[in-house]
Amino acid sequence: MQFGIFTVGDVTTDPTTGRTPTEHERIKATVEIAKKAEEVGLDVFATGEHHNPPFIASAPTTTLAYIGAQTERIILSTSTTLITTTDPVLIAEDYAKLQHLTDGRVDLMMGRGNTGPVYPWFGKDIRDGIPLAIENYHLLHRLWREDVVDWEGKYRTPLQGFTSTPRPLHGVPPFVWHGSIRSPEIAEQAAYYGDGFFANHIFWPASHTAKMVGLYRRRFEHYGHGSADQAIVGLGGQVFMRRNSQDAVREFRPYFDNAPVYGHGPSLEEFTSQTPLTVGSPQEVIERTLGFREYVGDYQRQLFLMDHAGLHLKTVLEQLDLLGEEVVPALRKEFEALRPAHVPDAPPTHPSLAAAAQAEEATR
Amino acid sequence: MTRTIAVVTAGLSQPSSTRLLADRLAEATDRALRLYGEKVRVEVVELRDLAHDLTNNLLTGFPSESLAGAIDTVARADGLIAVTPVFSASYSGLFKSFFDVLEDGTLAGRPVLIGATAGTARHSLVLEFAMRPLFAYLRSVVVPTGVFAASEDFGSNASGSLAERVDRAGRELADLVAGRSSSGPTDPFDNPTPFEELLSSH
Repeated sequence: MQFGIFTVGDVTTDPTTGRTPTEHERIKATVEIAKKAEEVGLDVFATGEHHNPPFIASAPTTTLAYIGAQTERIILSTSTTLITTTDPVLIAEDYAKLQHLTDGRVDLMMGRGNTGPVYPWFGKDIRDGIPLAIENYHLLHRLWREDVVDWEGKYRTPLQGFTSTPRPLHGVPPFVWHGSIRSPEIAEQAAYYGDGFFANHIFWPASHTAKMVGLYRRRFEHYGHGSADQAIVGLGGQVFMRRNSQDAVREFRPYFDNAPVYGHGPSLEEFTSQTPLTVGSPQEVIERTLGFREYVGDYQRQLFLMDHAGLHLKTVLEQLDLLGEEVVPALRKEFEALRPAHVPDAPPTHPSLAAAAQAEEATR
Repeated sequence: MTRTIAVVTAGLSQPSSTRLLADRLAEATDRALRLYGEKVRVEVVELRDLAHDLTNNLLTGFPSESLAGAIDTVARADGLIAVTPVFSASYSGLFKSFFDVLEDGTLAGRPVLIGATAGTARHSLVLEFAMRPLFAYLRSVVVPTGVFAASEDFGSNASGSLAERVDRAGRELADLVAGRSSSGPTDPFDNPTPFEELLSSH
C-alpha cells in the first residue's frame, strides 16, 4: 500500500498569529514539505491545481519537476489535474516530460475543479464539466498510446497527424486516477478505463464514500479489468496529531474553526464524527485509518491532507515526523496482514507497468 | 395504499402558529385522502430543530445524519405541505435554507400545498409572490389554494374562512396525491449511465 500527502496549496492566515505567508514562502514551504515526505518514508506527494487566489497551486508540473530534482524515490502526483479546463494536449506533453525527468516517478489524478469562474477564464463552460472530463480524457488517453492521432471533438481544435512529444517514458503512460467527490459518472469513467478511483473522502461522510467506491468497484468488474475487490482505490484523509490527544485538539481547534472549507460551521467534534478528520494521538489515527477499509474494502493508496488552514511550516514538518515514523509503519503492517493475496498491494507504478508491457510484448 | 404526506414547518416559537396551521392542513389532507380509501402517514419536519444542521450543510456541502433523514422524508413523500412564517416580506431564511440544500429535481412533479402565517393579513400575498414562484422553480405542482393565516384568523369561528380554506386546500392536495402513481426517487448509484453512452457524443 502507498501512503502519502496531498496539498491544495492554499495561502491561509494562521489564525493563532494573524500572519499570512507570502506566496513565495508558501511555494518554498511546499517544496520543504515534499522533501520531508520522502525523508520520513512516505511514498507519494501530490499537489492540487488552482488558478485563483488564495492558492499557489498553478503550474503543477513546474513544482513537481523541481521537487523531483531534489528527491530520489517519492512518487509525484496531482490532486487534482484539471482535465476540464486544461488542454489535454498540454497535459500529455507536460506529464510525459515530467516522467522522463523523474525516471517514471509520476502518476496523476484527474479532477474537474469546482471554481466557477475558472471555466470561463479558460474558455469553457462549467455546465459542460462532465462532458469536458469525458472528452478531454479520451483524447489524452489516445495521445499517450497512439504515436499519430487524428482527432475531432466538441471542445478543442481538431488534430490531424498529431504526435504528442515526448512520447511516454518506455512507451508506458503514467498511471491515472480519477477523483470525484460526488459524481457517479466519474466513478464510471475510472472503471471503464481500468484506471484508479480516488475518493476525496475528507469532506463527506463515510456512507457517501462507500457508495462512490462501491459503484466504481462493481463497474471495474463489469468492464472486465478484474474482480471488484481488485479495483485500484485511493482515499483522502485528514489528521492532526500530538502525543497527547487533548493537546492535539487544543492546538488544532483554532485552525479548524477558521479553516477555509468548513470553518465557522460544525464543531470540531461534529466534523470528526461525520468525516474521516482525526485529531488526536498517533494511535487514534492508526485505528481510525484502519477502519476505512471496513467500508471501501482493501485499497491501494492513502493520502493525508496535512498542510492546510494556515498551519505553520514547522508544525507541518512535526506532523510529518509523526506520520512517517509512527503512523505509517504501523498502518503498512496492519493493512498488509489484512489484505487477501489476490488484491493488489499497491497501484501500478512505472516499473510495474513497464514490466507488464514488456511481458505482453514478449508473448506477441 | 399508504400515502405519505411530508410537512415542512419553519415556525420558531414553541408552540408556533405556523406549526398550528401546518397541523390543520395535514389533518384536512388526511381526511380528504381517506375518502379515496387511502391510508395516510404524516411526517413532520420541524426546521427549528435543524437550524444548525442547515447552516452546516450550506458551509460543508453535506447534510448531518438528522438533516439527511429529513431530506429523505421529503424526497420520498407523495405530497408536501410547506408552511413558513412571513419575515421581511417573504418566507423566512430558515425555510428557504431547507429548499436550498435539496438536490436539483428533488421536488419535481411533486404535489405541494403552501401555507404562511403572520401577525397581520397585510402579508397574505407572500404566498403568491414568494412561495408559489419558489415551488414553480423547483418544478413542483402547487395546488391552487394557498392558505394564509394571520393571528386574528385563529380567533374566527369554526365556519369562518380559515377553516374553509384549509379544507379546500387539503382536498386539492388529496386529489393530486390520490391520482399519482407512487414512484420513489431513483438512485444514480444503482443505475449508472453506461460509459459508452457518456462517450458516444464525443
